[in-house]
Amino acid sequence: MSGRTIKVDYLSRVEGEGSLFVRIKDEQVVDAQFKIFEPPRFFEAFLRGRHFTEAPDITARICGICPVAYQMSAVHAMEDACGVKVEGPLRELRRLLYCGEWIESHVLHISMLHAPDFLGYPDAIRMAADHPEAVQRALTLKKIGNEIVTVLGGREIHPINVKVGGFHRAPRARELAPLSERLKWGLDAALETVRWTAALEIPDFSGDYEFVALRHSDEYPFNEGKLVSDRGLDIPSREYDHHFVEEHVERTHALHSIRMGGGAYMVGPLARYALNFDRLSPVAQEAARAAGLGPICRNPFRSIIVRAVETVYACDEALRIIGDYEPPPSPAIAVPPRAGTGYACTEAPRGMLYHRYRIDGSGIIRDAKIVPPTAQNQKQIEDDLRRLVQGRLELPQDQLTRQCEQAIRNYDPCISCATHFLRLTIERL
Amino acid sequence: MAMRKAKLAVWKFASCDGCQLSLLDCEDELLAVAGAVDMAHFPEATSAQVKGPYDLSLVEGSITTPHDAARIHQVRRASQTLITIGACATAGGIQALRNFRNVREFLGIVYAHPEYIETLSLSTPISTHVLVDFELRGCPINKHQLLDVIAAFLHKRKPVTPAHSVCLECKRRGSVCVMVAHGLPCLGPVTHAGCGAICPAYQRGCYACFGPMESPNAPALADWLMSHGAGDSAIVRAFRTYNAYTESFRKESEAHER
Repeated sequence: MSGRTIKVDYLSRVEGEGSLFVRIKDEQVVDAQFKIFEPPRFFEAFLRGRHFTEAPDITARICGICPVAYQMSAVHAMEDACGVKVEGPLRELRRLLYCGEWIESHVLHISMLHAPDFLGYPDAIRMAADHPEAVQRALTLKKIGNEIVTVLGGREIHPINVKVGGFHRAPRARELAPLSERLKWGLDAALETVRWTAALEIPDFSGDYEFVALRHSDEYPFNEGKLVSDRGLDIPSREYDHHFVEEHVERTHALHSIRMGGGAYMVGPLARYALNFDRLSPVAQEAARAAGLGPICRNPFRSIIVRAVETVYACDEALRIIGDYEPPPSPAIAVPPRAGTGYACTEAPRGMLYHRYRIDGSGIIRDAKIVPPTAQNQKQIEDDLRRLVQGRLELPQDQLTRQCEQAIRNYDPCISCATHFLRLTIERL
Repeated sequence: MAMRKAKLAVWKFASCDGCQLSLLDCEDELLAVAGAVDMAHFPEATSAQVKGPYDLSLVEGSITTPHDAARIHQVRRASQTLITIGACATAGGIQALRNFRNVREFLGIVYAHPEYIETLSLSTPISTHVLVDFELRGCPINKHQLLDVIAAFLHKRKPVTPAHSVCLECKRRGSVCVMVAHGLPCLGPVTHAGCGAICPAYQRGCYACFGPMESPNAPALADWLMSHGAGDSAIVRAFRTYNAYTESFRKESEAHER
C-alpha cells in the first residue's frame, strides 16, 4: 500500500464543526490537517464600539459550553485596564463559579463525549444501556456543576449575573448552603469517576509537549496567576503577545497559535496538572496517585483521568468556598473607566484563554483580542495526528480513523470558540 | 405492533452550540427523551448517523456562508417538521451585528488573508431561507421550553410558549420592578417571555436575549430610557445585542443612530 488518506468530514462529539484529513504516501504521513470550517462570527470586530461593561455578556456568546471562562477573562481584563483589583468574598465567588463550569464541562466531556471512544459506543445514551450507573452518576454530577452556575449566575448557559467589578447580586449564604450537601455526594462521585476512567483501556502514546498554563502562588489556577511553561516561560498575562503569535492558515477558519521562536504548545488539563500538581488539594492529589498518574502525565489519552482529578478538585474547592462564605458588603466594587489596555488569562476547562482590550476614557472598547484554548492547541492536535498515524500504519483504516478522532477528542476541542479570532491590524471606528 | 420512534435530527449553523447543549443539560430528562425518540443525527452528542428523512429537525445557528445557505435547503428537504432553536436560528443571532456594517470592506481590512474567508454580508435567520414550522426563542433557549416543544411535537399539540412580555414573568416571580424601584434600564417591557425573568431577580435590567415580544412598543420604551438619562448610542447598543436583526429592534436602533 503506497498511498492512502484518512478523512472524517464532520467530527462528532466535539463542540462546533471540524474535520480531519491525513495523507500517507510511501508509508510516510505527509500531511495531517485538523480543519475548522465553523463560520467566522467576528466577535473581536463587533466588540469594538461597545461599552466595557457589556463585554462579559457579549463574550459569553462565544461559547455555550464554557461561557464562564469568557466572562472571567473579560472582567479581569477590564479591571486590569481600569487599575482595579477584586478581592475577598467576590474573588472567592468567581472561583466558585469557575468550579461549577469545570464540573459540568469536564463531566460532559469525560462521560458523554470521550468515554464512548474508549468503550466502543457511538454516544453516552447507547453506552447507558450497558453502563447505566456510570452514565447516571455523570448526569447527576454534571447537574451539580450546572446548579452552582445557576445559583450564582442565574442560568447555566450564558449566566447573567457576572459584572465588571463583581456580580449584580451576591448570593445569600442560605442560597449556597444546599449546594454543600449535593457537593459532598459530588466529591464521592468524582472520586468514583477517577477510578472509573483509570480502569479504561488507554492507548500507549505520549509526547514531548511544551505545557503552558497559569500558575498561582498558592492555589490551583482558575482566574489568576503567572503564565508559565515547563520550558522556562514565566510571564504575566500582559506579556502574552510578546511570546505567542498566530498564523492565518488557508485551510482553516481559526488561526494557529505558536510560541514565538518555537513551535506548537499544549494548554488544558495535562498542562495545568503538570505545572500545578503541588497546588491540588490533598484529596485530589491522592486520587491522582491512586489512579496511577505521576505528577506529570504526557499521554493525551490519559487526559480523561486528569479531567476527572480536576473534577475532584473543583468539588473540593467549591465545598471549601461555600463553607467559608461570608456575603460581601456590596455585590460589586466600582470600576470607573480609564483609557488603557487590559490583559487577562484564565483557565477555561479546555485550557488557558487570553483576552486583551483597549478602552478609551469613557469606557468604549477600541480594540479586542481573544485567543481561545482550542486555537492554541490546534497545531499540537495536528502534530499528535501525524505521530499517531505514523506509529500505527499497520492498523486497518476504520480503526486508525477511530483512533484519530479519539486523539482529537483528547483535547475536548471547542471548535465554535476557536474561530473567533481576527488579527486586527488597522484601527477603525 | 410497536410504534416507530420519531427520528430526531439536530443541525448546527453559525452559533455557540449553547442551544443544542440545552438538550444535554436536561440531565433529569435526557435518558427519557432518548427513549422516546430516535436520535438519528446529533453530531455534538453521537457519532452514530441515521440517514434521513427525519420526523423532527432542531436547527441551531444562523446562515452566514454560501455553503450554509445551500445546506439549509437540504436540511429542510430531509425534515418533516423543522423547528429553530435560539436567537441565532430565529433572529440571526449576535452574528447579525455585522449586518449594520460593510463586511466586505471590513474583511479586507482586518484579516491577514481575506481570500481564505468565505462569508456572506448578512447573518440571517433560518426563516429567511426556508419554511420554518416553529421558532423557539432565547439566547440561550430555556431547556424546559425545549422539552415542551419536543413533547408537543410528539403529541401533535401546540407548544406552550406565551408571546407576552418578560414583565408578566417578573410579576409572577414576585420580583420588584427594577425600572420603577431603582430606575435601572430594562428591556423587559418589549421582550418575549420565556427565560423566567432571571435578570430582575438578580438586580439588573433585562437585556432582551429572548428578542421582541408580540407587538412590542419599542419607541415608547426608548423614550422612557431617554428620559432616564440614556443617550442615543446607549439605546442603539441596547437594541443591538442578540436579536439585533429582528424588525422592531432593528428599526428602533436605526432611529437612534446618528
